[in-house]
Amino acid sequence: MSWFSQTLTSSIGKKLLMALTGLFLISFLVIHATINAMIFYNDGGETFTHWGHFMGTNPIVRTLEIGLIAGFVLHIADGFILWKNNSDARPIKYAVNNPSANSTWYSRSMGLLGTLLLIFLVIHTAHFWIPNRSNQFATGEELNLYQMMLDIFQNPIVVIIYVLGCISLFWHLLHGFKSAFQTLGLNHIKYNGAINFLGTAFSIVIPILFALMPISIYLGWVN
Amino acid sequence: MHIKLKVWRQSNSNTKGDFENYSLDNVSPDMSFLEMFDVLNEQLIEEGKEPVAFDHDCREGICGMCSMYINGRPHGPLKGVTTCQLHMRSFSDGDTIVVEPWRAQAFPVIKDLVVDRDAFDRVISAGGFVSVNTGNAQDANSLPIPKVAADEAFAAAACIACGACVAACKNASAMLFVSAKISQLALLPQGQAERSIRAEKMVAQMDAEGFGNCTNTGACSAECPKEIGQENIARMNREYIGAKLSSTAV
Amino acid sequence: MATSSSLDAKIPQGPIETKWSKYKSSVPLVNPANKRNLEIIVVGTGLAGASAAATLAEMGYKVKAFCFQDSPRRAHSIAAQGGINAAKNYQNDGDSVYRLFYDTIKGGDYRAREGNVHRLAEVSGNIIDQCVAAGVPFAREYGGLLSNRSFGGTQVQRTFYAAGQTGQQLLLGAYSGLQRQVGMGTVQMYNRHEMLDVVNIDGKCRGIIARNLITGEIERHGGHAVLLCTGGYGNVFYLSTNAMGSNVTAAWKAHKRGAYFGNPCFTQIHPTCIPVSGEHQSKLTLMSESLRNDGRIWVPKAKNDTRPGNEIPEEERDYYLERRYPAFGNLVPRDIASRAAKERCDAGYGVGSSKLAVFLDFAAAVERYGRGEANKNNIANASKEDITTWGKAVVKEKYGNLFDMYKQITGEDPYEVPMRIYPAVHYTMGGLWVDYNLMTTVPGLYALGEANFSDHGANRLGASALMQGLADGYFVIPYTIGSYLAKEIGTGKIPTDHPEFVRVEKEVKDRIDTLMSIQGKTSPELFHRRLGKIMWDKCGMARNQQGLKEAIIEIRELRKEFWRDVKVMGGKDEFNPELDKAGRVADFIELGELMCIDALTREESCGGHFREEHQTEEGEALRDDENFMFVSAWEHKAQEEWELHKEELIYENIKIAQRSYK
Repeated sequence: MSWFSQTLTSSIGKKLLMALTGLFLISFLVIHATINAMIFYNDGGETFTHWGHFMGTNPIVRTLEIGLIAGFVLHIADGFILWKNNSDARPIKYAVNNPSANSTWYSRSMGLLGTLLLIFLVIHTAHFWIPNRSNQFATGEELNLYQMMLDIFQNPIVVIIYVLGCISLFWHLLHGFKSAFQTLGLNHIKYNGAINFLGTAFSIVIPILFALMPISIYLGWVN
Repeated sequence: MHIKLKVWRQSNSNTKGDFENYSLDNVSPDMSFLEMFDVLNEQLIEEGKEPVAFDHDCREGICGMCSMYINGRPHGPLKGVTTCQLHMRSFSDGDTIVVEPWRAQAFPVIKDLVVDRDAFDRVISAGGFVSVNTGNAQDANSLPIPKVAADEAFAAAACIACGACVAACKNASAMLFVSAKISQLALLPQGQAERSIRAEKMVAQMDAEGFGNCTNTGACSAECPKEIGQENIARMNREYIGAKLSSTAV
Repeated sequence: MATSSSLDAKIPQGPIETKWSKYKSSVPLVNPANKRNLEIIVVGTGLAGASAAATLAEMGYKVKAFCFQDSPRRAHSIAAQGGINAAKNYQNDGDSVYRLFYDTIKGGDYRAREGNVHRLAEVSGNIIDQCVAAGVPFAREYGGLLSNRSFGGTQVQRTFYAAGQTGQQLLLGAYSGLQRQVGMGTVQMYNRHEMLDVVNIDGKCRGIIARNLITGEIERHGGHAVLLCTGGYGNVFYLSTNAMGSNVTAAWKAHKRGAYFGNPCFTQIHPTCIPVSGEHQSKLTLMSESLRNDGRIWVPKAKNDTRPGNEIPEEERDYYLERRYPAFGNLVPRDIASRAAKERCDAGYGVGSSKLAVFLDFAAAVERYGRGEANKNNIANASKEDITTWGKAVVKEKYGNLFDMYKQITGEDPYEVPMRIYPAVHYTMGGLWVDYNLMTTVPGLYALGEANFSDHGANRLGASALMQGLADGYFVIPYTIGSYLAKEIGTGKIPTDHPEFVRVEKEVKDRIDTLMSIQGKTSPELFHRRLGKIMWDKCGMARNQQGLKEAIIEIRELRKEFWRDVKVMGGKDEFNPELDKAGRVADFIELGELMCIDALTREESCGGHFREEHQTEEGEALRDDENFMFVSAWEHKAQEEWELHKEELIYENIKIAQRSYK
């Protein structure tokens, strides 16, 4: 095995891959949230569609999108491998266990939260990304994503699913953000406070921003 | 005090084990947890039953031999304390206490509460040392070491290899143990020559032993009787990644 | 009991300063190719065993190392707290090899061998160098250089330390060296194995019989030399600061196969241990002697004063060590501090519920350090509370782990109320008799570290055990073993199918079968407790003729009862701690008898051996140099029968004096 694949398949390598792809996905969340937040201009989707068009057609962004998909796939696949390794590492479970005494439930539930997010991701891409890209592929034309949002978010069940997705995202990020820094070895008494603050703030702001979109549309704040 | 015990009994590594219930009267709050087990064993011998096997030696919290998973936590309810230093005053009259061995693929049960921790020795053999033969050393004061570095190295070196980190971790990961040794030697000038190769080899051995992966829950540090910190795992990650990126081993 | 002529310790000729260096340059060597064919068995992996095994393997010998614990790193050296002495004179306070040599001989009450002790002092500096190079994180000053503290029985600061965990750090250093060799395949490590006998062939030690403690299998292991690094036998007293597993079995088996036992009655009672709290107690915990640097020991001036220590005013306290020994004060050697505590408690001034305790008080140190911090930070009018807070912080940094341990065990906070301490069995100066080469009276069988009798005389100074263990393992045995093995290069591999191996193995198996078959009513644990009580009451801190005679009879009775009534649960072909314990207790019982015989024979008081019949008017130990300036080396003849051999102690470099710390 070459040193490179050896590194990435080692325990720390797998963590590293998780952290790097995680941070990459976090950066995607920033862009995704920013552009989608354009709907809050409440200008009939004009600004949003402008930027959506840019993101959907710019060749550089489209190339990066391949990286994004790879990022998702790696993060998810690596997550499943880790989950498998980790459950193999303790074939017989404790009869009585009190893990809440030493760690937070969400830090222990990244696999579960990640799986919920994966389910959400399937639903979410099925709503927007897949139809849009298929149409682009077939006809070269983009769909009116703004209008699709207005339509889809009329369904209260969809809205609830999206809000639940955002809640999962909140817990996932609350551990994942800080955890990625720890995995990269960035743990220093001087900067830990800042990382923690940033991580917590990010985990709150981004999911709230996302959750507000279906809620606002459903409640008619955005139309 | 009256104490009810639910203890894991297993004849050897090839048999399946199960819990057995015991009841103890006249437990003194000043007894250590292991002394309470001594009383239990005396009672079992009187009843003609086989006493419970458990690992213990120094009984002053430093040898790292004792290893009981008590009421769902390694070394029981107190912070920074080994099983042998846990006293019955930490429990209440009438309590039921569940005691299990460490559970991990890499720590097979030998008997009852005794597990095999040879994996730790093999990880140290892989690189947890400075290669200095006896007689090669220069004068001890020829190399000043900043007090902060020496203190930090000492804090990492305080690890007693009891395995509570592995036992506590939901993934049965040994990264706290391994990182403590890597940290100690990475912080000291004496460890520099083998810094890269040490990180690479120790991590490789750790993986080969079948420990799980760290997911940064922090349970290990929270349960470590010597309170070895998470910064050591971060340092190990840095050392390992740095070694992999820069070493000439391909 | 018979006595015979004197023993030859094979101490090299010449002036004391050059004995060791001359020896080293003239000792026969074994060439590297031959080393590969010579096998050495090391039993025990504490400081002496781990350092010896690693060093011998580095030199090229084939080494097999054994320990009964699950890992070599668990050996009880790990529990040593205070520090390790070395004549480095880094503090520029007048230390030297000679002074360390002198302090050790004097501290040992002139019952140690000059040649060995001087060698120990000579190599002490190398030990520190070696340990630092191996990555041992000793305490350091802000300038980055090594820090020292003072210890009992000395007036210089020569003790190197790593907080209150020096033994741990040193052992892990030696252990890492050992594991390095294990990884390289030059040492074969046998964890969870207990040595149950030695095998001698044609007058030479050729191997051991060991039991795999997991499977119960009895194994034969051959070697050209066997090193016993199996520690001391303090657990003969049942309650001691030793680990639960510490035992005399290896040394005792060697003794019964021809190795003489040296000064068995010399046991060290450590003055600062946490007092016994009840019947259930399984072991005692030491509070490092380093605490006596800053702590002051006292009892109330009034008998039966039941007030908490912090409520007794200054003028009603008796700082009895400072009163009796103004020159050394609280830092008198251990034997003296222990006896002084016993004297006060026996006189009715003891504290705590058992009245068997004295106070160790840090209030003065807290205030002194607090003021020091105030001065350092240029705070002129610091409040009393602030000074106390700062002072406590300094004390915490120095002794934090010890204070935590005390609180954990007793449930009392030593930062608020003075600690209660009482002496407890801690170390055994006695052990297998060895010559200058560390070889026992059986050729090819060596004893290192606490397992031998050699360097501490009748009383060991603090921080000297770690020094001796590492000196023996790192710097002595690698040279001295050459003088024996150089003659063994033609021997070839030791055949473990030799009739002697078969015979000894059968004896071992038969003994196990006997233990398993008795199925009486009493557990090994209870026999151990009873033995401990006899030993502590009659062969403990103070001994007298009548008590010792009684003890011998009682122990013989106990032995007979043991072999009639012991109850060992479980099977022999499995992991069975009860069987392990039974075998160890059986050996302790036999040892106890010899200890009492030795104590009875030594009609003098010296160091840790205090015979009530032999004391000065002030209650100090009264030596009899005229008649007892010798090492008692006991040869086992038969059950209840020993022959005394004497090694005369010759002091050419030190003037013998009444030991005074006043």
